Amino acid sequence: MAHQVVPPKVYLMIFATLLLLTLVTLDVAFFNLGILNTPIALTIASVKATLVILYFMHVRYAPRLTWVFAGAGFIWLVILLAFTLSDYYSRHWLPLPTGWTSSR
Amino acid sequence: MSDVQTTLAHQFEDPDQQHEAASLGMWAFLITEIMFFGGLFAAYTVYRIQYPAAFVTASHLLDYKLGAVNTAVLICSSLTMALAVRAAQLGQRRNLIVFLILTMTLGTTFLGIKAAEYTHKFHERLIPGPNFTPNVSPNREAQLFFLLYYSMTGLHALHMVIGIGVLTWLLVRAVRGHFSHEYYSPVEMSGLYWHFVDIVWIYLFPLLYLVR
Repeated sequence: MAHQVVPPKVYLMIFATLLLLTLVTLDVAFFNLGILNTPIALTIASVKATLVILYFMHVRYAPRLTWVFAGAGFIWLVILLAFTLSDYYSRHWLPLPTGWTSSR
Repeated sequence: MSDVQTTLAHQFEDPDQQHEAASLGMWAFLITEIMFFGGLFAAYTVYRIQYPAAFVTASHLLDYKLGAVNTAVLICSSLTMALAVRAAQLGQRRNLIVFLILTMTLGTTFLGIKAAEYTHKFHERLIPGPNFTPNVSPNREAQLFFLLYYSMTGLHALHMVIGIGVLTWLLVRAVRGHFSHEYYSPVEMSGLYWHFVDIVWIYLFPLLYLVR
């Protein structure tokens, strides 16, 4: 089978980058950046996840259909989170109709 | 070529097509896994936004050093798993066996550290329920954090246990010489699963241990 065999050097570089980014995550967590702390931590985590997916999981060398499958998972995850949050945080925007009582 | 004869299922044209089908099937399964964990991440997000202060307080009760060590252990195990797949691709049976054993050892180390953490939390009465330690305030919201902590890390640990089981099966097959550079799909698909579990932890670590 003519599948891409990735040289160990590439794996080792990805590995080193992942460890480095873990240290960065730790470092950044102890700086008080206010509301930015969590987005930064999640961005670093996403960079790490992308590296794992592209290199360790071979998606970079895979057919386009695999890209579509891998991407679809994350698109559905975003839909799940976006719809859940839009429900939770818009519930109090509109008053209850008169004549109704809240159960609380 | 006898390898191909025995390992190519009759519905496929050639080993390449079979490999691609297996890979897509595995990715479809991983999508369901993303949604499985996604529900917990959604619950986490809702309550984290609702009770930010309590999550900071509760997160301080976790030992971030152990979390960081476990992150490193899992990243190492992903490297050895990737090298195991590479060994399988090249038909290097000895290397495959060595890297599978290394991956299993690292996975077990992760679970050992996790078990030590759980035990410690148990002694500190940080288990949600009527006997939850009264020393933390706000108490109910902190219990919510720990409920999410145990659900998310517990489900993750279950995946690790299953992963080690899968690796054991691979190891037995590798020792028996079932894999070759013509046929290594099971190794690669198990690798995808293992890396997926690693990715989940990459997100769990900052979300649970590093809420500041």
